[in-house]
Amino acid sequence: MAETAYQPGMRTRRSALDWTVQPPYLHPPYRGTVLRAPKNSLILLPQSLSEWTGPLYGESAIRPLDNDLTRNATVNGEPLGERIIVTGRVLDDAGRPVPNALIEIWQANAAGRYRHHRDEHPSPLDPNFSGAGRVLTDQQGQYRFTSIRPGAYPWLNHDNAWRPPHIHFSVFGTQFISRLVTQMYFPGDPLLALDPIFNGVPDEKGRQRLVASYDHGVTQPVWALGYRFDVVLCGDRMTPFENRG
Amino acid sequence: MSNQTPSQTVGPFFHVGLIHAGQEILVNEHTRGQRILVRGRVLDGAGAPVPDAMLEIWQADAGGIYNHPADPRRAQADPDFSSFGRAATDPNGEYQFKTVKPGTVPGDDGQQAPHINLRVFARGMLIHAITRLYFPDETANDTDPVLAAVPDPGRRSTLLASAVPGEDLPTYQFDIVLQGEKETVFFDFSE
Repeated sequence: MAETAYQPGMRTRRSALDWTVQPPYLHPPYRGTVLRAPKNSLILLPQSLSEWTGPLYGESAIRPLDNDLTRNATVNGEPLGERIIVTGRVLDDAGRPVPNALIEIWQANAAGRYRHHRDEHPSPLDPNFSGAGRVLTDQQGQYRFTSIRPGAYPWLNHDNAWRPPHIHFSVFGTQFISRLVTQMYFPGDPLLALDPIFNGVPDEKGRQRLVASYDHGVTQPVWALGYRFDVVLCGDRMTPFENRG
Repeated sequence: MSNQTPSQTVGPFFHVGLIHAGQEILVNEHTRGQRILVRGRVLDGAGAPVPDAMLEIWQADAGGIYNHPADPRRAQADPDFSSFGRAATDPNGEYQFKTVKPGTVPGDDGQQAPHINLRVFARGMLIHAITRLYFPDETANDTDPVLAAVPDPGRRSTLLASAVPGEDLPTYQFDIVLQGEKETVFFDFSE
C-alpha cells in the first residue's frame, strides 16, 4: 500500500497500520470512494514526536449521562426500541489496555433514522433519542454504555441498498498514530454480506473484528441485552514513554 | 500489529456525535504566540468541494512543545493552548481553524520545520488520510525530513500553505485535494 521513501533514522519499513485488515481507499462497490480515493501511494515515514504524541483526555471530558443514550436526550419519556448495553476493552497493538481512551459514539434510532438534516429516510425521529454519546475507558481499558439497538436504513449506493444496523465509534488512544474511527455491527445480520462498507475490509478475520458478540453475562434481566466489542488501536503506547520520554 | 481493528468511514452523519461548537478554536486570550487562521477547501477527484469531510489537527504550541508525556519538555508546554482541533467542512467544502503558528519540533536528526499534522475523514473514505501543513517562506523547510521525503517538487508543494494577504490575522490557505492532478501528499507511518 505505502511506498517507502528513504529516511535517515528510519527504524523499519513496515507500516504501523496492518494493511491486511485495514480497508483500501478505493473500493468501487462503495461508490463514494471512487472520486475520494487518493491515487498516489502513501509515503511511508518514520514516526517522530508529532506522531508519538496526541490529545489526552480525562474525566472532565465526560458528563454524567454521556454514556447512557436512553437518558441523555430525554424530552418526555424513554426512547423507543430494544435497550442494549455495549461493553468491551480498548487495547493497544501489544495487547495492553488503554486507560482514559475517549470513545465518541453516534448512531441511528430504532427506526433507522439519524437526527441529522441530511438524513432523508422516511422514518420517524424519536424525540427522546439523540443518538450521540461519549465514554472514557477505565484503568483496565474497559468501557460501557447503554443505548437502543439501531435500525437498518436505506442508502443510495446501489439498487435496494440497506446499511446493516451499526454504531459509529470514534476512539482516541494516547498517540496521533492510534486514532481510529470505525463501526460496530451486530452478530448474525444477513445485511452484512451485502454491505460494501463492511466488505471494504479486505480480510474475513478483519471483518469479524467489527462484529460485536452477544454476551448473556452482560445482559441484565428484565432490562437490556448485552453485547461485547473490543477495540484494538494501532500503535504501542508504551514505546515512546519508555524509549523517548 | 496483532488484532488491529479495521477502520470504517465516518459516513455522512458524523456531525451527530463529533461536531461541537468551538472545536476549531485552539486558543484563548492567554495563549502564547502568533495567532493565525488556517482555512481551505477539501476537493474530490472531479474538483468538486467535499461538503461532508471532517478535519482533525494536532500541532505543537508556539514553543514547539507538545503537552504530552512523550515530550520531555512537557512541563514548559503552554497550558492555554489546545494542540487538538476539529472542524467539519461546510456546503462549499470549506473549513477554518484559529490557532497559533507552531514552533519547530525536534526530529530524529535535527529539527522539523513548523507544521500542523492533519487528518481527513469523510463519507467515501473507508480510512482517514494523513497529511501535514507547512508554512511558506520558512527557511527550516529546506532541511525538514518530511518535506525531503517527497522528492517531486510539484507534489511537495501540496504540503505548503499559502499566505493570504489583507486579513486582520495572518491567514494561511491550505486546500486538500483527495485525488487528481494536484492530489495532496498523504502519509503512512512505520512501526
